[in-house]
Amino acid sequence: MNLFAFTTIFAQAGKGLGEFAGDYSSKWDAGTYDGGLVFAGIIKWLVTTWGVPEWVPLSSILNGVLEASVFPEIGALLITIGLVFGFVNIFAIGAVWSERKVSAHMQCRLGPMEVGPHGILQTVADGLKLLAKEDIIPRLADKPLFALAPAIVFAGVLMRFVPLPFGDQLIASDLDLGLFFIAAVGAVEVLGVIMAGWSSNNKWSLFGTIRTATQMVSYEIPIGLAFITVIICSGSFSLMEIVNQQGGSLNASDGYVYGGWIWHWNLFRNPFMLVLSITYFIASLAECKRSPFDLPEAESELVSGFHTEYTGMRFALFFLAEYAAMYLVAAVAVVIFLGGWWSGIYPLDALGLGPEATTLAKTLGLLIKIGVFLSKAFALVFVQMWVRWTLPRIRLDQMMYVCWKVLLPISLVCLIGSCLWELASGGASVFGFGIVVE
Amino acid sequence: MTEAKIRTEEMLLNMGPQHPSTHGVFRVVVRTDGELILESESHIGYLHRCFEKCAEGNNYLQVVPYTDRMDYLCAMMNNWGYAVAVEKLAGIEVPERAEYIRVMVAELNRVASHLLAFGTYGLDIGAITPFLYAFRDRERILKIFEKLCGQRLNYSYVRVGGVTFDMTEEILADIEAFCDYFDPKIIDEYDNLLSYNGIFISRTANVGVMPADLAISYGVTGPSLRGSGVQRDLRRDAPYGIYDRLEFDVPVGTGEMGQLGDCWDRYMVRMREMRQSIRLVRQALAGIPEGPFCDKKAYRAVKPKAGETYKRVEGARGEVGFYIVSDGTNIPYRVKARAPSFSNISILDKLTSLSDVMVADLVAIIGSLDIVLGEVDR
Repeated sequence: MNLFAFTTIFAQAGKGLGEFAGDYSSKWDAGTYDGGLVFAGIIKWLVTTWGVPEWVPLSSILNGVLEASVFPEIGALLITIGLVFGFVNIFAIGAVWSERKVSAHMQCRLGPMEVGPHGILQTVADGLKLLAKEDIIPRLADKPLFALAPAIVFAGVLMRFVPLPFGDQLIASDLDLGLFFIAAVGAVEVLGVIMAGWSSNNKWSLFGTIRTATQMVSYEIPIGLAFITVIICSGSFSLMEIVNQQGGSLNASDGYVYGGWIWHWNLFRNPFMLVLSITYFIASLAECKRSPFDLPEAESELVSGFHTEYTGMRFALFFLAEYAAMYLVAAVAVVIFLGGWWSGIYPLDALGLGPEATTLAKTLGLLIKIGVFLSKAFALVFVQMWVRWTLPRIRLDQMMYVCWKVLLPISLVCLIGSCLWELASGGASVFGFGIVVE
Repeated sequence: MTEAKIRTEEMLLNMGPQHPSTHGVFRVVVRTDGELILESESHIGYLHRCFEKCAEGNNYLQVVPYTDRMDYLCAMMNNWGYAVAVEKLAGIEVPERAEYIRVMVAELNRVASHLLAFGTYGLDIGAITPFLYAFRDRERILKIFEKLCGQRLNYSYVRVGGVTFDMTEEILADIEAFCDYFDPKIIDEYDNLLSYNGIFISRTANVGVMPADLAISYGVTGPSLRGSGVQRDLRRDAPYGIYDRLEFDVPVGTGEMGQLGDCWDRYMVRMREMRQSIRLVRQALAGIPEGPFCDKKAYRAVKPKAGETYKRVEGARGEVGFYIVSDGTNIPYRVKARAPSFSNISILDKLTSLSDVMVADLVAIIGSLDIVLGEVDR
């Protein structure tokens, strides 16, 4: 399935990235939400509206560059890549620190306290240490595969950030097949993991690899079913579109989405969605190898699984990929179930939308939406940590049992149930508020 | 490719001697078919320190510190086992106060040892938090011991003829405070967090089932044997010290979560024993008399008549026995220790062959036997 998916997806991704430099700024100004807008559009809008402050040296030249037509094509692409990559890195640094703090406070400890206030710079110090470490490739390892594996794993995770929004309009490329892309590119990570474990020439790494491959391939199915259900209900693969629909379309008659209330979220769309969000969360824990599904790197059994033989930056890449994946599955859950950037409070959501909105209101609304989206995603990441520091690990056969005999039937029932619900209610949610479908 | 041409191979996997879940330098060579273990073979001897030979070169009092280093997690019971053997050989009377102190320190040490077993078992199953909880409470016991004898692990506190130092009022108050603090913890925190956790039960119930007759034939003792439902505790069946005057129950495995004698039963016996230990400590606290804490003569030197004896006590892992032969000098002619972990671990290979065991189960079984390699190899 995934091989076929790849070819489709790459054609799609190429199209999306090619299109991004198109007419996004005019669309933003017009206030329409028909996709195709990219991250860079918003940056350009912010900068050109507010301008580079005059106290900044060479502000006039900078403003001129920003206005120039060459900026969108190259600058926007670089800025987009830089922002996504930077976000992943900064998130990983923050998440590692907070993971250590959360675990420490759950375990009657203090956690890191020495480097910076409350040890906030500890991860930076650890990162520098990993950078300075000797890069060891075992003598009997398959060197090219061994060297390539961490890059593939990291790239596999990073690629899934392409169709993922960070807030209203903040998206690297709003692919038409966004959810499909995320599900399909997930398979790249498995490939990297298999390469890592096989090339290490270590029996314990091989164990970890087989476990990882088994787990990730199995759990793609409940995740895929959750995606399909959401896609059927929303009628779109695009993550932007899915979120916009959860805005409730209150006052949508003039062509604008103003946001709605909390019951417009997909989570409350029908009872099956509520169940599905739980199965998705469980499967997503397995997908990013978190406890209680941390068999691939079970410390007490395999020491550390497929990356046992890795040192220095190569190890750090695996680590980074793991934390990026944590954010990713949480953010996808926010998009497909928890209303994306909509806070669920109508006045807050409506801020800065519509043709009469002032620049200040627009900016404020934008920032609020980024904040809402990120806090929802971080809250889910916190739940992931909470689960990890509470539960023991399940066994391989139990892991397969949970996937094939528990999650899969439940997801299938929810899929069929949701379809029937949509058919019967004509797209209405539990609370009877219709989703306007034109 | 036809079905017949696909050939799968068995893999020989070396687990240990450096492995986090073998609880020390223990090596198991397993033949696996995927995750399934077909056969396992234990290798010991990486921590051999010639205890028995060393004992032949030191006088009776100097042997005590060597016994600490056998089972370093419950050194008090090793000290005690050696002390009762020498006392029987030399006919030494132990003062009443010393007997009460011995019960207190031994039971506290049992709690500390079971706490470590609980914590590391959680780690083996993949739960990290219980380990930290266990260490937090174990630390309180170690603080009491440090105050008592200046040591946190190798106490050499129970000695021939009594104990090394007297117990002050302050320490008695500390012990009482610990009992009050610890008693509710077992139910409130440990049982809630780990014992009755669904995943934990599914990982340990029906895993590594040890039938009672098999356990007896392999010489398994202590909580591991009681987990199979055998009511055997030396404190009650062959009382030493003042145990015959104290009230306590002997918890045994009930098979309530699966088959009788599975990993969960063995684990739960330890949890329930901790409560009994606290009960024993409270009784000893209530009844401790005034008086000397050690036999004056034995405090300086011991010189038993020629002869031989065997005495055993109930350690945290089973029966700790000492067989001592005296030739009439102040140096033992021969000391032979019976280490419970040595017998307990001998059943491992049999357990893995009895049922389908996966690599993760092997870790669970080793953890539930609660071995200390210092004692296995001596």
